[in-house]
Amino acid sequence: MIEIKNIRKAFSGRPVLNDISINLLPGKVNMIIGASGSGKSVLMKLMVGLQQPDGGQILYDGADFVQMNRQEKSEVRREIGMLFQNSALFDSLTVEENVLFPLKMFNPQSKAENLKRVNFCLERVGLTNTNHLFPAEISGGMKKRVGIARAIVLNPKYLFCDEPNSGLDPLTSILIDELIREITTEFNITTIVNSHDMNSVMEIGDKIVYIYKGNKEWEGDKKDILFTDNERLNQFVFATNFLKQFREKSRNL
Amino acid sequence: MRIFFHFGRYLLLLRQLFKKPENYQMYRQELFRQMVAIGINSLGIVMIISVFMGAVTTVQTAYQLVSGLVSRTIIGAIVSDSSILELGPTITSLVLAGKIGSSISSEIGTMRVTEQIDALEIMGVNAPGYLISPKILAAIITIPMLIVLAISLSIGGGIFVGDLTGILSAQQFIEGARSSFLPFNVFFSLTKAFTFAFIISSVSAYQGYYTTGGSLEVGQASTRAVVYSCILILLSDYLLAQLLL
Ligand SMILES: Nc1ncnc2c1ncn2[C@@H]1O[C@H](COP(=O)(O)OP(=O)(O)OP(=O)(O)O)[C@@H](O)[C@H]1O
Ligand SMILES: [Mg+2]
Repeated sequence: MIEIKNIRKAFSGRPVLNDISINLLPGKVNMIIGASGSGKSVLMKLMVGLQQPDGGQILYDGADFVQMNRQEKSEVRREIGMLFQNSALFDSLTVEENVLFPLKMFNPQSKAENLKRVNFCLERVGLTNTNHLFPAEISGGMKKRVGIARAIVLNPKYLFCDEPNSGLDPLTSILIDELIREITTEFNITTIVNSHDMNSVMEIGDKIVYIYKGNKEWEGDKKDILFTDNERLNQFVFATNFLKQFREKSRNL
Repeated sequence: MRIFFHFGRYLLLLRQLFKKPENYQMYRQELFRQMVAIGINSLGIVMIISVFMGAVTTVQTAYQLVSGLVSRTIIGAIVSDSSILELGPTITSLVLAGKIGSSISSEIGTMRVTEQIDALEIMGVNAPGYLISPKILAAIITIPMLIVLAISLSIGGGIFVGDLTGILSAQQFIEGARSSFLPFNVFFSLTKAFTFAFIISSVSAYQGYYTTGGSLEVGQASTRAVVYSCILILLSDYLLAQLLL
């Protein structure tokens, strides 16, 4: 279970996150939404320890990640998988080697067993016959799939996805969203997704946290989000007309 | 003030290289890969420059020694000594700074800006240890070998061109080279080789590791890697000469 308590972060005096506290739902898809520059990526980086907060706590099963030493952090991180905004695959390795990498590093079992696990994960994300291609040779959507396969290969308890559908066409976005949702339930993972795409939110969000200029403006589930009174959230949610019409329709039902 | 900031951060980065590897086999594989990239792939350029280095030094030394009073064998002594002391280690390292330095820095820099380093960290891998220490180790192992090769080929180039153009016979060249040979010079030259190998690999890795931004900055970082490596090579060349000679 992950709890975020009173997290603060500033860059050279300019505050980016102010006093953020969130309880994430275990085994569900938790979405952090907000406009570009609101601090979503920074919050995610703080949660996985790529940056240090100026104050506050990040509790993994009650233990404060911020205060841990390198060794302890390393152990928590072995339970974390992360899908990066630009996939961050290792360019010099093939698809198969990318997914194999964490196994080779941390799982001292036979090569055959490791490869079996790699192929299982690649099949699970819908990739076959791409094992020996390099990241430069596959499409953006396929890279995301490889990124997900690499993130889940060590059976993580937590999956972090930074803008999983940025740069993808709407159809592929939906496929990636569905994949994330399926994997979350299938392997009972606590998933955290950053997004500013309302489609994804309605598609897969179990819990939704809205960040506005570094403050937690709203949290709730997706049923409430369409009928909220919060002015700023409304502006964000109904930036596209599609959902506005959807709301009118559902009101008239 | 900036220089102290960079020097401090450089030392802190080096300290992180001494953490225990997560998996020795993976680090060893990476070391071999880097030895190929740094050592074997530089053989061609090192061979070409060193043969010409010796050849040109022979012709120019002969040109400067027009007087009939000194024996021709002195040319062999001058060419072999300067190959061992200066041309072999320093010129080769300056060229390698351009070749290896820029590739180390752009490889690590690209991994930084495309978040591949973050991906390593998230997996629980000590990214500086896994990415940088095999490179430094590979450089320290292979660059001195390249420099020994460069010295031999430089002397060989001198002998060949001297004989070919009739400046002095191979026999005379070798006689001169032998007469002035000091084992200490070889030790001094290897000391330089190890120092320069460490400078090239660690300075370039530092530049790459702290790249921020995008592909433009990766290019700038690798330019800085080459420039700073060259300056530091020349500076330490001077310091070593002051200290050891
Ligand atoms: N390393 C950094 N140094 C200085 N400022 C930073 C740094 N990282 C982020 N910021 C600033 O923090 C703010 C929040 O950035 P962040 O990347 O978290 O936004 P975001 O919500 O993820 O936006 P997007 O949806 O565009 O990805 C931005 O104003 C950014 O300029
Ligand atoms: Mg972001």
